[in-house]
Amino acid sequence: MNRMFSYLNGYKKESVIAPLFKMLEACFDLLVPLVMADIVNVGIASGDAGYILARCGLLLLLAMVGLGCSVTAQYFSAKAAVGYATALRHAVFAHIQSLSFSELDTIGVSTLITRMTSDINLVQGGLNMFLRLFLRSPFVVVGAMVCAFTVNVRAALIFVVTIPALSVVVFTLMAVTSPLYKKVQGGLDKVLGLTRENLTGVRVVRAFGKEAAETERFEATNARLTGLQLKVGQLSALSNPLTYLLINLAIVALLWTGAIEINVGGMASGDLIALVNYMNQILVELVKLANLIVQISKALASAGRVQAVLETKPGMAFPQAVAGPAQLPADRAGEAVRFDHVGLTYAGAGAPSLTGITFTARQGETIGVIGGTGAGKSSLVSLIPRFYDATEGAVELFGRPAGAWPRELLRGRVATVMQKAQLFTGTIRSNLLWGSRTASDQELWAALETAQAADFVRAKPLGLDEPVEQGGRNFSGGQRQRLTIARALVAKPDILILDDSASALDFATDAALRKAIAALPGEMTVFIVSQRAASLQHADRIIVLDDGHMVGCGTHSELLDRCPVYQEIYASQFKKPSELAKGGVRA
Amino acid sequence: MSKQPAKPKKKNPLSTAESRAALVRVLAYIRPYRLFVAASLLVAAGSVAAQLYIPLLCGDAIDLMVGPGQVDRAGVWGIIMEILVVMALAALAQWVLSVCNNKITFSVTRDLRNDAIHKIQSLPLSYLDSHPAGDIVSRMVADVDTFADGLLMGFTQLFTGVLTIFGTLLFMFRENVLISLVVVLITPLSLVVASFISSHTYGYFHRQSAVRGEQTALVNEMIEGQKVVQAFGHEAESLAAFDEVNERLADVSLKATFFSSLTNPATRFVNNIVYAGVGLVGAFYAAAGGITIGQLSVFLSYANQYAKPFNEISGVVTELQNALACAARVFALLDAEDQTPEAPDAVTLQPDGRVALEDVSFRYLPDRPLIEHFTLKVKPGQRVAIVGPTGCGKTTLINLLMRFYDVDGGAISVAGTDIRNTTRASLRGSYGMVLQDTWLRAGTVRENIAYGRPDATDEEIVAAAKAAHAHSFIRRLPDGYDTVLSENGGNISQGQKQLLCIARVMLCLPPMLILDEATSSIDTRTEVRIQKAFANMMEGRTSFIVAHRLSTIREADVILVMQDGKIVEQGTHDKLLAQGGFYAKLYNSQFEGV
Repeated sequence: MNRMFSYLNGYKKESVIAPLFKMLEACFDLLVPLVMADIVNVGIASGDAGYILARCGLLLLLAMVGLGCSVTAQYFSAKAAVGYATALRHAVFAHIQSLSFSELDTIGVSTLITRMTSDINLVQGGLNMFLRLFLRSPFVVVGAMVCAFTVNVRAALIFVVTIPALSVVVFTLMAVTSPLYKKVQGGLDKVLGLTRENLTGVRVVRAFGKEAAETERFEATNARLTGLQLKVGQLSALSNPLTYLLINLAIVALLWTGAIEINVGGMASGDLIALVNYMNQILVELVKLANLIVQISKALASAGRVQAVLETKPGMAFPQAVAGPAQLPADRAGEAVRFDHVGLTYAGAGAPSLTGITFTARQGETIGVIGGTGAGKSSLVSLIPRFYDATEGAVELFGRPAGAWPRELLRGRVATVMQKAQLFTGTIRSNLLWGSRTASDQELWAALETAQAADFVRAKPLGLDEPVEQGGRNFSGGQRQRLTIARALVAKPDILILDDSASALDFATDAALRKAIAALPGEMTVFIVSQRAASLQHADRIIVLDDGHMVGCGTHSELLDRCPVYQEIYASQFKKPSELAKGGVRA
Repeated sequence: MSKQPAKPKKKNPLSTAESRAALVRVLAYIRPYRLFVAASLLVAAGSVAAQLYIPLLCGDAIDLMVGPGQVDRAGVWGIIMEILVVMALAALAQWVLSVCNNKITFSVTRDLRNDAIHKIQSLPLSYLDSHPAGDIVSRMVADVDTFADGLLMGFTQLFTGVLTIFGTLLFMFRENVLISLVVVLITPLSLVVASFISSHTYGYFHRQSAVRGEQTALVNEMIEGQKVVQAFGHEAESLAAFDEVNERLADVSLKATFFSSLTNPATRFVNNIVYAGVGLVGAFYAAAGGITIGQLSVFLSYANQYAKPFNEISGVVTELQNALACAARVFALLDAEDQTPEAPDAVTLQPDGRVALEDVSFRYLPDRPLIEHFTLKVKPGQRVAIVGPTGCGKTTLINLLMRFYDVDGGAISVAGTDIRNTTRASLRGSYGMVLQDTWLRAGTVRENIAYGRPDATDEEIVAAAKAAHAHSFIRRLPDGYDTVLSENGGNISQGQKQLLCIARVMLCLPPMLILDEATSSIDTRTEVRIQKAFANMMEGRTSFIVAHRLSTIREADVILVMQDGKIVEQGTHDKLLAQGGFYAKLYNSQFEGV
């Protein structure tokens, strides 16, 4: 937790002042019954109007000073809590920027989002409550007991017994019910899951005529939830009556002690009123404390989740400058990418996704990557921009190990268009500028032309300034894909990776796109990942993957001659089914 | 996405008429539990009376202790006995009250949810397709939950609160009018102060939630796109954009938090003033002999208690309004129109493989014609393939065949019977359906395959899985056929899900088949193998196949080429290629190289 607390450093003053003033306020609250006892014992007994007036004035003064103290406390605690949460949010967001793909996969995007938002909000609320109340309540409870001792020692002993008894009742009930509440939450989650299933699967449910069975299943789950709710309800229903009983027993005891003490002159009736008042204050504070503990334990759980993110170490280090000798060996000249017996096993995965991949891509070459679902196509290309580190073998870029390149330089030279076409809120222009901050409009349009996106962008009323909504949802899937391709082209990379990024384009546009990319000037190396054999036919070389192994590497016609997997893929897409049935495929 | 939807945000307040209508229906739901309601009200009254009576008894006891040697110990003892009895009764009443209220609330919410699931099963697909699932789920889960909270709070606090206020007034005025007036006049001040603060903080809260929403949107987008951010070295810019929103949030959040936290100190301050006021007036009265010390103590404790129900009630009223708004949203769901009820003389379909569409017209939106005057006769055992670009209405045809939607004009008949005159169950039971949208339930692989035939033997399940080429990957799962799939099969790949959906149909083998992009997520090599299984399965079965990949449909007896909801071409593969029309263009485009 040390690391979590460090973000509170800027708010040390606030975190001390807030509880301090809260305690001051509590002190003034505790004085009230004593003043009232004086009014009864002295003022009323002697009929001294001046005394009564003065004491009531004192009560008013106490109230005002108390108000001042508590407003001060509220301000500083709000400031500390909000400031802390702001610093924490910044730290977590910045930390996420430094994580590599491997850690992002392990933690998961949706988890990161909840931790950035609702978890930190809960921490903020919890800290605020903690600063305001956590010290106050125990202080009032103990303080009330101390005050009771100043009034009458024998009566105060009743407090000594009652406080632990009340605490036991309140906290035992809490301890017993809180796991049950978790179960209720679990039951609610099940009801939620079933509801969602019934909605998303409505066609299947109806196609199989399972409406009645589904309803029955839901009602059973619902009944279990209700049963749990009633059970917890019954238990927590005990809390009020039990505390009520205890407090009143204590008050009865106070009355009886009072009767004895007053009879022997050990106590005045005003004192008795004060003692009863203290007893009631204790009850109020204990109930508050119990609620507070629930809230704080939730906040702590959230804090733990946030901390887990902060403690995730970035798994990849990048050098500040290009590492290694300035002069490259002659045999590496003109090379763009070299894989040498490369293997990749994702963190937490049981089996490797890539095994023993070896190939070299020269500058200006177009390399196709083909294979079935889960064959390792995306894994292979994701090693080039060093999204992941190879777990075996070596990956070299432009003659140097992938790890020798500084992050910015590497990602500047390698542009990747991912499967999922992701755009960001802003305008078409702002999205394209991700590729290069300094690109001119002319360069943007050129990239759009190559990506076959110029036509539809031109048709937009605002052209390059057309707004892009969150995730680019105001564009169709095909338009999004072409914009992400344009974004990568704006970077004018040395290596361009198209990871199945034309899947939403029709065949004609796909072909035009490939033609335009091939026609670009310069020595750009292009990797095209695809399931369609047609899209790769004209590549300089095609790498065929099957279950993480490279089972072929060569030109289309070479592979068609001697690579069975490639033949099969090709046949499945091109040959007539009648030929397939005749056994044209070696399975 | 987190599993638990957020509590519903503050909804637009209901109009009075709407509130009243919602209230009437809530009362109808409560009606079956009216005995519990009666009991709850009774014990609430008892518990309030007892709770108010105890300070009075304490005051009496104090009055019996005038000073040294002037204590009536027998009298005090008697009062103590009385207090013990009263407090035991009060405690019992409190407990019974909670138990009754729990029973009412949780039973009502259970009934409400059960009604809602019944409703969902009978709603037309058009409703479910046009309302996001998340919205309906949030009505059934979060709204019903908020409603329950409000109802419980209402029952527990509203009635007792009102009773406490009136009881306190009654007891106080009986003791002394002037001091009572001090309490009655100053206490509402705390309400005024509280509402003043809350109305002034509302703006800050509103802005806080707006900025928070902005930040959440940014975080969502940036973190979902984190890999792109890193691929383009955009980290510093992202962080700067985030910090800008974060700073604004800090500013408005501080104000909202601080100003809203003023409510408690302010109301406490007012209470302290009341206390001082009662002390002042009471002390003068007591000094003059107008009231006893004991009576003064009663007033002091009432003064402490009196403000509490006021604060609670104002909270409860907002909570109840919110609860009614939530209930109204649930009722809106329950009030949606059901699908066309089954004809009373609906027959059980005896499919023979004949399907006929005669002059069928259909549109989702009244002003957007989709399928117009479409006629098609399918002979038993024929394979009908439907192709065309995305959004051309392929799936619509399936919606009509399965009677997920009713035709607007013309008729669809199976085995010569208009499907509107058959039972839905027998019509749908005649088709085996595999959709592109692979739906699996949270449960084991075995349960999922046996979904249509829960009584299937293990051998049959394995045979179906083998036929669907799913057996080998299932065996490699951690627990084989007993592997538990998370909701909608989150832990297996899209292609594997599709294989399971195919196995699910393979097990049932109904007389007709509908395959809607059934192999879209499976790579072409595996697909070729599955095609063989399909080919076996389709042998002698009338089948409808929708496919994006043209390789899957070449063997069909009839190919329907759709464009913009209309059938533009119709015929066999060879015939259509020879025609050189839209189909030929689509088909050839996939072979175009660079």
